Amino acid sequence: MDFIIPLLILAIPLFNFLLLGIGGVKMSHRLAGTIGCIGMGTVLVLSYYTAFNYFFSGNEAFIIDGVRKAATIFNVTWLEFTKNLVIKLGFLLDPISAMMLIVIPTISFMVHVYSLGYMKDEKGFQRYYAFLSLFSFSMLGLVVATNIFQMYIFWELVGASSYLLIGFFYTLPSAVSASKKAFIVTRFADLGFLIGILILSFYTQTFNFADLTNNPQNVLLSTGGATFLGGSVLTWALVLIFTGGMGKSAMMPLHIWLPDAMEGPTPVSALIHAATMVVAGVYLVARMFPLYLMEEFALQFITVVGAITALYAAIVACTQIDIKRVLAFSTISQIAFMMVSLGVARPEHHEALGYMASMFHLFTHAMFKALLFLGAGALIHAVHSNNYTAMGGLRKYMPITHWTFLIGCLAIAGIPPFSGFFSKDEILSACYSQSMFWGVWMSIVAGMTAFYMFRLYFLIFWWDTPDYSHHHHKPHDPKFAMSFPLLFLATVSVFAGFIPFGEFVTWNGHEYTIHLNTVIAVTSVVIALLGIGAAYVMYSKKNEWPARLAGLVPWLWTAAHHRFYWDEIYLFITHKIIFNGICRPIAWFDRHIIDGTMDGFAYITNKASVAIKGFQSGKVQMYVWWYLIGALLLGAITAVCWM
Amino acid sequence: MFSNILIYFVVIPLLMLAGVALSRNIKQIRAVAVVGSLALTTLSVYLLCSYLALRGNGEAMQFVEKWDWFKPLHIQLAVGVDGISVAMLILSSIILLTGSFASWKIEQPKAFFLWLILLSTGVFGFFISVDLFTMFMFYEVALIPMYLLIGVWGSGNKNYSAMKLTLMLMGGSAFLMLGLIGIYYHSAANPADYTWNILEIVKNGSISKGWQYFLFPMTFVGFGVLGAMFPFHTWSPDGHASAPTAVSMLHAGVLMKLGGYGCFRVAIYLMPEAAHDLAWIFLILTGISVVYGAFSACVQNDLKYINAYSSVSHCGLVLFAILMLNTTAMTGAIMQMLSHGLMTALFFALIGMIYGRTHTRDIRLMGGLMKIMPFLAVCYVIAGMASLGLPGLSGFVAEMTIFVGSFEHADWFHRAFTIVACSSIVTTAVYILRVVGKLLLGPVQDEHHLSLTDATWWERTSTVTLILCVAAIGCFPNFFADLIKFTFSPQIFSVLGMN
Repeated sequence: MDFIIPLLILAIPLFNFLLLGIGGVKMSHRLAGTIGCIGMGTVLVLSYYTAFNYFFSGNEAFIIDGVRKAATIFNVTWLEFTKNLVIKLGFLLDPISAMMLIVIPTISFMVHVYSLGYMKDEKGFQRYYAFLSLFSFSMLGLVVATNIFQMYIFWELVGASSYLLIGFFYTLPSAVSASKKAFIVTRFADLGFLIGILILSFYTQTFNFADLTNNPQNVLLSTGGATFLGGSVLTWALVLIFTGGMGKSAMMPLHIWLPDAMEGPTPVSALIHAATMVVAGVYLVARMFPLYLMEEFALQFITVVGAITALYAAIVACTQIDIKRVLAFSTISQIAFMMVSLGVARPEHHEALGYMASMFHLFTHAMFKALLFLGAGALIHAVHSNNYTAMGGLRKYMPITHWTFLIGCLAIAGIPPFSGFFSKDEILSACYSQSMFWGVWMSIVAGMTAFYMFRLYFLIFWWDTPDYSHHHHKPHDPKFAMSFPLLFLATVSVFAGFIPFGEFVTWNGHEYTIHLNTVIAVTSVVIALLGIGAAYVMYSKKNEWPARLAGLVPWLWTAAHHRFYWDEIYLFITHKIIFNGICRPIAWFDRHIIDGTMDGFAYITNKASVAIKGFQSGKVQMYVWWYLIGALLLGAITAVCWM
Repeated sequence: MFSNILIYFVVIPLLMLAGVALSRNIKQIRAVAVVGSLALTTLSVYLLCSYLALRGNGEAMQFVEKWDWFKPLHIQLAVGVDGISVAMLILSSIILLTGSFASWKIEQPKAFFLWLILLSTGVFGFFISVDLFTMFMFYEVALIPMYLLIGVWGSGNKNYSAMKLTLMLMGGSAFLMLGLIGIYYHSAANPADYTWNILEIVKNGSISKGWQYFLFPMTFVGFGVLGAMFPFHTWSPDGHASAPTAVSMLHAGVLMKLGGYGCFRVAIYLMPEAAHDLAWIFLILTGISVVYGAFSACVQNDLKYINAYSSVSHCGLVLFAILMLNTTAMTGAIMQMLSHGLMTALFFALIGMIYGRTHTRDIRLMGGLMKIMPFLAVCYVIAGMASLGLPGLSGFVAEMTIFVGSFEHADWFHRAFTIVACSSIVTTAVYILRVVGKLLLGPVQDEHHLSLTDATWWERTSTVTLILCVAAIGCFPNFFADLIKFTFSPQIFSVLGMN
């Protein structure tokens, strides 16, 4: 395959970033928006073409005897550390990167179009589009990385563009601190990622994904059985690399930045904090999956972290008031589903069904979660508040938003024939095939998902209609630029489930047909319906049930409402322990002890010279006295020695 | 003598000195400074090209030449460059150029530029010298003007700072001088062949291991003081805080590099065996520098103090990497020197510009500057991003090269310290984002600031030049890595027996 088109996929967003970033000040909003949308539209067409080519062309570079291959389109040296350890910038095309080439430009383009309406009157509109372009560039570079260091480079760039976009409204202190928090928490996680890369590359002497994953047995051999604190170095490396993924994908306990990241403009939340960047961690594990298969412990670790996160986020999501935060916690929970799915995937169980299921869910989740967030944006625009308490009965005012939001909720709840049903069902099958325990656990979380999503839905669109008359206008559906992405994504969310994913994305490139496990499918639908039913009973009309239930176990409700105090714990650690307990004492030590010693030398020198300057008095009598005393002393010493 | 290109790195500054001395008004002085430093920049780029054309000839250094100066003591004016000195010369000339733009409106311009250019003469002379004596002389020429530049044009507690900086660096020089004289007396087997010439000393290889154990710490500490090595770094925060903008730029950007360069060129290059055996002591000290500087920077409220402590951390990483004694880490060290030089010069330039407008450097008294001076604020964010290691800017490539290189040591001592040093990427992010958040973002803190103006054209020239250089290293790192690494391949390989 020619390298021009893949190169353009990366170059256009980068060029747009520079163009809008440097020249944006002199542009009108309309021009900047047009440039952004046309650029992203072109990328969309080019990457659809590339992905289509990969899956359907039958080219020998991509598929041989029904087995899909990874193809490196180009790979140029960027920085040579040693002869073997070389960072290259390249373009890798394999099933998962081709899939991401569909997901990212689709969502990104929809967000570009949507923002034309949503951000219309904001100051810094050009800057916004510049940042969006930078983000798209970084994210695309991340998924097509040919080696782990290229991934790390774009990983960092993604983090920085996320920082810039969360802090877009930079005059708001809350946005500033949210962006700071997001960057520092993910940076901390990236430290683990970096050390993991260092360990891995030290033993394997390569950064290349191809070398690492094609022959994982060799990687294991290359470590020579080295261990550290009871674990093999490969386990350590993989767990540390996964830490990086935990940061970006907001797994416990590094999830705290994602809810705060909702301070950014809502379309940004849809693009970055729901559909694309936050799945980078899942993508990372999937990318190195053959290596993870070598270390049972690492996979179990992923499963446990994922399962706990999924449950935690689902509980918290039931108690939040801010609709974007509910969606944020639901995102955390859904990404945890993908993680668990990877964690339980084993080649011996249905050809690593979990791997396929995870990628499938990544795909469908990106569509319906972006839909939900964009819908939330339309709602926020309409009522000028993020809280559901300011909403209610909106189904009468905003029919398009209502129906598309409902589709999103049905999809995430896992009701057939919406897309979420299929992908979630595969995940549950994968869990049950590995162990009953995780299967039941995740089924419960799936039921809670249905409950909290429909709680949100009913509270926004049903419940009690508040008095909207104090607004300038009644809430209404958004204009075409904003409603088109909603309609498009809703359509995709309805039909995406029918994609025969197993034919495209599998862990080893072998195609297989997926079929529903009737028992699991029926159970999960029943559980989802139960969740929806409970939500219907509690929230479809204004009543006392929610308050009464919350009063039943008040401590649990309060704790969940405060997100189980994770933020407070972190605040305590960072402010009280690190800032006041380490930084301040060090600064004090530096000023008073180290510098005090240096000043002390000067002080002593000064005092000493003051003390002895009396000898240089200029009085002849004194000099004679000292001369005589000296001479006598010398004479005495000589005499003693001579004797 | 004048057929050697290197000599012009000293001749041009001397001509500039004469030019400034003869100038009648500030316009002429600026013209001399800008034209002269442009000439130096052009010359250093030309030198780079000719060096790249020549370097394959198997010699350790190019353009090597020597002239006797004082025969009885074998003192020569000996010059020569390798990839590292070429990189340092480019860095110095760029910083001098941007520093001249940054001092466009300085008071008493004549005297200021005279001292500034004299200081640069010392810097350029130091980087081209391969004779220890002349090297040391240029080193002192670079240090002494600092006292006057801070004492006269400085701000705040300037007399104290100037005195402290000069005395501490002189203290370092005392160690250094002792070390250099010691090296001279062991430079050859026969007293008649004693030499100060680095290349000849290496060839003779006559410094016994016992003496190396004494001379290595002497020279390493001597240069290490200038490289802000813990616990000899305290001149840096005070000195930088009081120094005028261009002086801070040159000092942090170039002079602190003299320390790192000297540690490599003299201490490690001439005493490789002692370096190998004693590196662990200094690894501990420099490892402390890296972490300690970063943590200290987190709680400072003065912009210049923050940047000074950040320099302690970043320059600590330079020495840390040099002591790893392998090609990759040392390449990273030199790249970090380039990167930190440009980045910190950019920081100090911006801080000077902000201070010139708000008349305060306390971040608690400022806020929301992004709204008032967007250009300077965006430049500050870019500088910050470079500092915290964003890919595409210079900090990332330098740090990554250092970490990968340091990790080549398989023992737990090196591993542990490497991981500790790695952790500074998090702390750096903390203090950079803290400043960015308080200073540039958020609501405007002081209403008087609303009437302030954004950057002037000379300030824009200065900052944009530096940003372009930072981005150039960050985007095309392999060119610089190759320039530096090539130098390490033939001769260090044989000297240190490392890979």
